[in-house]
Amino acid sequence: MRIGRFAGSRRFREMLSHPALPLHVMVLPGLALLFVFSYLPMVGIVIAFQDYLPSKGFFGSPWIGLDPYRVIFDIPDTWKVIRNTVVISVLKLFFGLITPVVTALLLNEIRIRWFKRSIQTLVFFPHFLSWVILGGIIIDVFSQNGAVNKLLGWFNLGPYFFMGDPALFRFVVVATDVWKDFGFSMIVFLAALTSIDPSLYESAMMDGANRWRQTLHITLPGIMPIVTLVAILNLGNILNAGFDQIFNLYNALVYETADIIDTYVYRIGLVNAQYGLATAMGLFKSAVGFVLIVISYYLAYRVANYRIF
Amino acid sequence: MASQSWSYRVFFFFNCVILVSLSLLCILPFIHILAVSLSGNGPTQANEVGLWPVEFTTRPYEHVLSTGQFTRAFGVSVRRVLLGVAVQLILIILLAYPLSKEARNFRGRNVYTWIVVFTMLFNGGIIPMYILMKQLGLFDSVWALVFGGGWGAVPVFLTVLMLNFFRQLPKELDEAATTDGAGEWMKMLRVYLPLSLPSLMTVTMFLIVYHWNSWFDGLIYMTDTKNYPLQTYLRVEINRINNPPQNMDESVVERKVSQRAAVAAQLVIAMLPITAVYPFIQQYFKEGIVLGSVKG
Repeated sequence: MRIGRFAGSRRFREMLSHPALPLHVMVLPGLALLFVFSYLPMVGIVIAFQDYLPSKGFFGSPWIGLDPYRVIFDIPDTWKVIRNTVVISVLKLFFGLITPVVTALLLNEIRIRWFKRSIQTLVFFPHFLSWVILGGIIIDVFSQNGAVNKLLGWFNLGPYFFMGDPALFRFVVVATDVWKDFGFSMIVFLAALTSIDPSLYESAMMDGANRWRQTLHITLPGIMPIVTLVAILNLGNILNAGFDQIFNLYNALVYETADIIDTYVYRIGLVNAQYGLATAMGLFKSAVGFVLIVISYYLAYRVANYRIF
Repeated sequence: MASQSWSYRVFFFFNCVILVSLSLLCILPFIHILAVSLSGNGPTQANEVGLWPVEFTTRPYEHVLSTGQFTRAFGVSVRRVLLGVAVQLILIILLAYPLSKEARNFRGRNVYTWIVVFTMLFNGGIIPMYILMKQLGLFDSVWALVFGGGWGAVPVFLTVLMLNFFRQLPKELDEAATTDGAGEWMKMLRVYLPLSLPSLMTVTMFLIVYHWNSWFDGLIYMTDTKNYPLQTYLRVEINRINNPPQNMDESVVERKVSQRAAVAAQLVIAMLPITAVYPFIQQYFKEGIVLGSVKG
């Protein structure tokens, strides 16, 4: 009755003809899907505090509170994977930042356009292939019977067991990650380089500064803000050490140095079906990750006035 | 340039050497794999193949294409790319257009935006996602691949990219269209979208690459290997080489096509679609990255 009266009321007719109504309708499908596929899983986090039994579901499984966390932090593996995650991340962050910046600076010195273009085209390429494909290639190339060991053999080195030696494997992980992405990360820095005011270089030349001094005093300070920004934003992602890559490259021999939080969660959760434990571990990662991302966005905003929208 | 000093020329020379080596480093592994995939069984096993096929043969390709699994997985991937790109492109536009409006013209805009952006900051993790998919009955369905991948049901980062692009269009166009009596749907379809073709292309390219390259969703949501997309199928094949069971050595030697060449051939075929659209990718990704990261 009341609904019927509302439907006939002037207010409802005004609402229907309101110019912003189509906008509300437009956001509906997207928000509905986000609700189902992003927000419902967040509710599913409750199983981190349950002895989750698939047959009983979310509501029937018994509550066990913070017990999983006690279990998790008693397992030595937990500290190992946290340490691995941070170590691999930091190494990737450092080399993944230095390499594209240096390459961009070197490329910036090239004035021959076709040459510059071709280099960019080639170093850009690996970024667009999946870690499955790149993993297949890397495993082949770095195998004991592969191209890299053959190459090293010419210099009387090796053969090295890259994919099975815990220390060497970490090197492979960091190196191939930088290899895949430096061409892509470079774009931002190249764009920043072109936006440096050319008159600065002209006046520097008038003052007799050579190319090296120009690089040191104009180019570097010119791209420093964007380098800082990228570093800050990457710091927020430090718990993401690269699941796709490591999962496609690692094997049981190198768990000691290569097992990260995400691969560990996958194994205890989806392989061993310990849902509660894996969710608890995942929640720990999501929560710390959330704090880190918020801090990094805040810093990025304060330092570089960066906003995502 | 004026300063063609001796030291600068030395630098220039070494600079070229470094840059050329870097580019070779990025491309030679692929050429090597191509060579392996086209080489005979003997040279492949003996690791004699460099950058050129030895004992040229196309047998690995014939072998791979004759097994139904590979072609079927290829088909699943094509289906998910077509479906995923079409559906998510529409979702992204429908979400980005309203959110590009000012909060004073569109009440609720900020709340909606936060609902969208929060999904970028926090997530439930893979286990709840896995259980959800199971309960929704989406296991073995292509929709699990469309909506359940790493970028979520509606890729937020692409929505933000699109949103920022819509905002850069001159406000006068919008006002003029409103004065002429155009509603929001009309404005979106007739004014905004035709002007946004480059960024729509960027978003499309991102979606194509994302859907073609995704593999983890296939691994966990597809219980029947028949429904594996290509990347998931490949991952399983490669994993078999990386962790070979002890008793397999003999059978590999006996086969006419070495496992190594067969995997190489599959890798090459899986790379083909990306390579084919690479010129477009290159052009539009660059625009998108610059647009999305260093904006005013």
